[in-house]
Amino acid sequence: MAIKSVVRKGDYRDSVMLMRISKELEGLEGVKRASAMMGTDNNKQLLKDAGLHTDEALEAGPNDLIIVVDAVSEVLASQALSKVDDLLAVKKEERGEITYKTLSSALSAIPDANFVIISTPGEFAAREAMRGLNAGKHVMIFSDAVPIQEEIELKKIAYSKRLLLLGPEAGTSIIDGVGLGFANAVKRGPIGVVGAAGTGIQEVTRLIDVESGITHALGVGGRDLSREVGGLGMLGALRFLAADPETKVIVIVAKAPTMGVAESILKAAEETRKPVVACMLGASKTLVTRHGAIYAATLADAAAKAIALVQGKKPKEVTFTAPRKWIEAIVKREIKNFAEGQKYIRGLFSGGTLCTEAMLILRELVGDIYSNIPLESRLKLPSTDKSERHTCIDMGTEEFTRGVPHPMIYFKPRCERLLREAKNRDVAVVLLDVVLGYGANPDPAGELVWAIAEAKKTMAESNRYLSIVASICGTAHDPQGFEVQKKKLEGAGVVVMPSNAEAARIAALIATRGKARGKLK
Amino acid sequence: MSDRPKLINVGAYSFYESMRAQGADAVHVDWRPPAGGDPELARMLTRLERPEIDEANRKAVAKILAAKPMLIGIKAAKDVISGMTEHTILHSGPPIEWERMSGPMKGAVWGALIYEGLAKDQKEADELVKSGEIKFGACHDHDSVGPMAGIISPSMPVFVIENQENGNRAYSNFNEGLGKVLRYGAYEESVIARLKWIEKTLAPILADALKRSGPIDLKAIMAQALHMGDELHCRNVASSLIFLKSMAPHIAETGYDRKEVGEVIKFMGENSLFFLNPAMAAAKAMVDAAHNIKHSTVVITLSRNGTDFGIKVSGLGNRWFTAPAEIPKLLCFPGFTEADANPDIGDSAIMETAGFGSFACAASPAVVQVVGGSAEEAIEHTREMWEICLAKDKSFSIPFLNFEGTPRGIDLRKVMDTGILPIINTGVAHKKPGFGTVGFGILRAPIECFKKALKAMAEKY
Repeated sequence: MAIKSVVRKGDYRDSVMLMRISKELEGLEGVKRASAMMGTDNNKQLLKDAGLHTDEALEAGPNDLIIVVDAVSEVLASQALSKVDDLLAVKKEERGEITYKTLSSALSAIPDANFVIISTPGEFAAREAMRGLNAGKHVMIFSDAVPIQEEIELKKIAYSKRLLLLGPEAGTSIIDGVGLGFANAVKRGPIGVVGAAGTGIQEVTRLIDVESGITHALGVGGRDLSREVGGLGMLGALRFLAADPETKVIVIVAKAPTMGVAESILKAAEETRKPVVACMLGASKTLVTRHGAIYAATLADAAAKAIALVQGKKPKEVTFTAPRKWIEAIVKREIKNFAEGQKYIRGLFSGGTLCTEAMLILRELVGDIYSNIPLESRLKLPSTDKSERHTCIDMGTEEFTRGVPHPMIYFKPRCERLLREAKNRDVAVVLLDVVLGYGANPDPAGELVWAIAEAKKTMAESNRYLSIVASICGTAHDPQGFEVQKKKLEGAGVVVMPSNAEAARIAALIATRGKARGKLK
Repeated sequence: MSDRPKLINVGAYSFYESMRAQGADAVHVDWRPPAGGDPELARMLTRLERPEIDEANRKAVAKILAAKPMLIGIKAAKDVISGMTEHTILHSGPPIEWERMSGPMKGAVWGALIYEGLAKDQKEADELVKSGEIKFGACHDHDSVGPMAGIISPSMPVFVIENQENGNRAYSNFNEGLGKVLRYGAYEESVIARLKWIEKTLAPILADALKRSGPIDLKAIMAQALHMGDELHCRNVASSLIFLKSMAPHIAETGYDRKEVGEVIKFMGENSLFFLNPAMAAAKAMVDAAHNIKHSTVVITLSRNGTDFGIKVSGLGNRWFTAPAEIPKLLCFPGFTEADANPDIGDSAIMETAGFGSFACAASPAVVQVVGGSAEEAIEHTREMWEICLAKDKSFSIPFLNFEGTPRGIDLRKVMDTGILPIINTGVAHKKPGFGTVGFGILRAPIECFKKALKAMAEKY
């Protein structure tokens, strides 16, 4: 047991890079935990909470880079730290390209730039965003922890200047075919998407990709539809799509918007005079249809309806894309080796909206779903660490991502949780999302398969069977390769479904040994 | 959007990589936290991004660029420096009391008192200081600059430099060479003897020669020397020789004793740092022209006394903003180690303040070798300093960078915005009095000074 650190004074690195370095350090011999962070008060507290601190680390300033490793021996800790220079040296590769030190110098060097993408720490994001807006550029803020007052102010200014302000916490956008943040490689086409939900946008756009394509997907951030912000970002995004001649159909994706805000959004959508499909998870059908929009209950439903509109067909709801007898065959195969008492579903999600969508579906089929982001407050897990009965967990929330990368990049927490779930005698099905695309892990299936095999083995040792169901949020053009990922998962015995909604439905059928069949449409 | 997206990525480099992987038209901003990562200071900084401050800075930089420093005379310090009394000792860096002075500065003070005949040895000198009879002052607060300990005592001869564009003057003492010298804290007999020779032989002959030559255009010498591989702070080989070349015929004409004339020419020729001191006064005369301009955030002084690092800012008058001086990353002379090094010391950072030294490093890759780096780094240093300066001065062009100008006019706001701190090339003194030079090194100005100045700026304007 040895905790050792190095502090590099004045060596600022971006958080994504630091997370990658933490991860690489954790992969070195004898290293149990590692952390690379800038020495802000917040980060130092995180290190303290994790018991990963040294005196030297706690004395570092916000501009100093702290690297701490916890290894099985002093020697291995020092050995790991000796690799730090090499890990940090990647930056040298940038040589030869033009990079700018400040946004101001980039703006004056490239006056015809039209989009500024900001991923600085939240407390500094507004400052940079304001510079972008003042220079007449659209702005996307990927950063989180931006004070809400600053978000409101920025959005008011952007709206008055007729500019887009996407985010803060805009995890996903696609502008003219270029994916920003976490985004799939989606074909160009006539459908415009606005969303206040990152993986919601990913799931809808990648499903649209199957038969059509998009103009733009505009992520306005998770807080946009709150009472305080009032949907200002989405109103701007709708205005943008309304004015875009190539956008023929608009899809709105949101997670449970505030009542009054949902209405003003739907009103603005109506004013675009374009057909609108609204998937506002948790909102009532009457609210949506009252303003002339087409109601979509799930993300998959929204994509299917938008495609139907573009193709001039009548939108219809799809329960399973595959023939029902195929589905029944899978269910029969999966339940064959279950032991007595195996009945619960455990959903482990990297996408928050995918988690919510799954819960909305499962609630109808199996009843109450416990969660860290529950549909009703009474279903809130007392401890996120411990699942109850049917449980779906969003592993992208702050409690899981403090100091480590998002679960779409970093799979260790999810794999560990999967192994723990496999030790519960009453678990029948584990439900997963596997997100591909830009920004995501280069090989998500590869990160999961060992844990899947291990979990299945653990179950088999006590003469039970663990059914694992997943959907892949990806397109055929994604850099990870959709088919390659699918084969890896199927090779590990995973039931891979075409959408998150279908994965949730079949999980319910399996867990109930087919009894939920009657509740399906 | 009518055109294809043209993206500027600010922050995570991996996002930029993924934009490029998609074939997007994108550039990357290597963002660093403004204001040293302090959100409150960042808000102050935002408030200081105002047109009247931009305008004041334009005025300030124009004055620095237009400055015309001329060497017009050589005089005894007590005859030209205001506030200089028989018992005044000026030192480098921000003002400091005796108790807090570092080893090399104390050694240099003792040496100066022995040189002045105010004490016969170190013990007497120490008692004299403790009696309170000696008045200390910062060179910079008296229109002066001195390298390392920067000690100027009343009898020492000083170069008188006048900025003929603006009328302001600056003074500096004479350079003694390397090794055991007063400015590095040595005070033994040979040190005092050399100072006496400078006062009695070198200075009068040079003063006489200067009367014959007329005022010497220092800006012209500095610009030429940059093209010959000097950065004018740690490397003054070319400038010293050009200076000697301009003075030599006049020295010969003075009619002094042949032996003395020979000694003078030999000393100037062998001391490759000879020109550092007049260059420092020239640099000060140039930058001082931009001092005390209302609203201006141009940094007027960067200086160290071996204990504290201090800066001054144009719009903030004569206030010093200080932080503890740090130990440079250094390359030691044989026989010394890093453990011997004193924290950063000397007014010579006026060279960087004015746009020379590390700022002009790309003109002088040889000097980066002296301080332990590569030629590539030298170019990078100049590029980096462009980011915190308001102008590129074509009068001081850099052949390696396609004759682009050196970075001049440090903007406090840019320093705080980019987190890029001025780099300084410097000599390093032994931390104990009496030892002299340990080596050469490189370091950055401490951010605390700039944070304090930013706060003061936000309060005042």
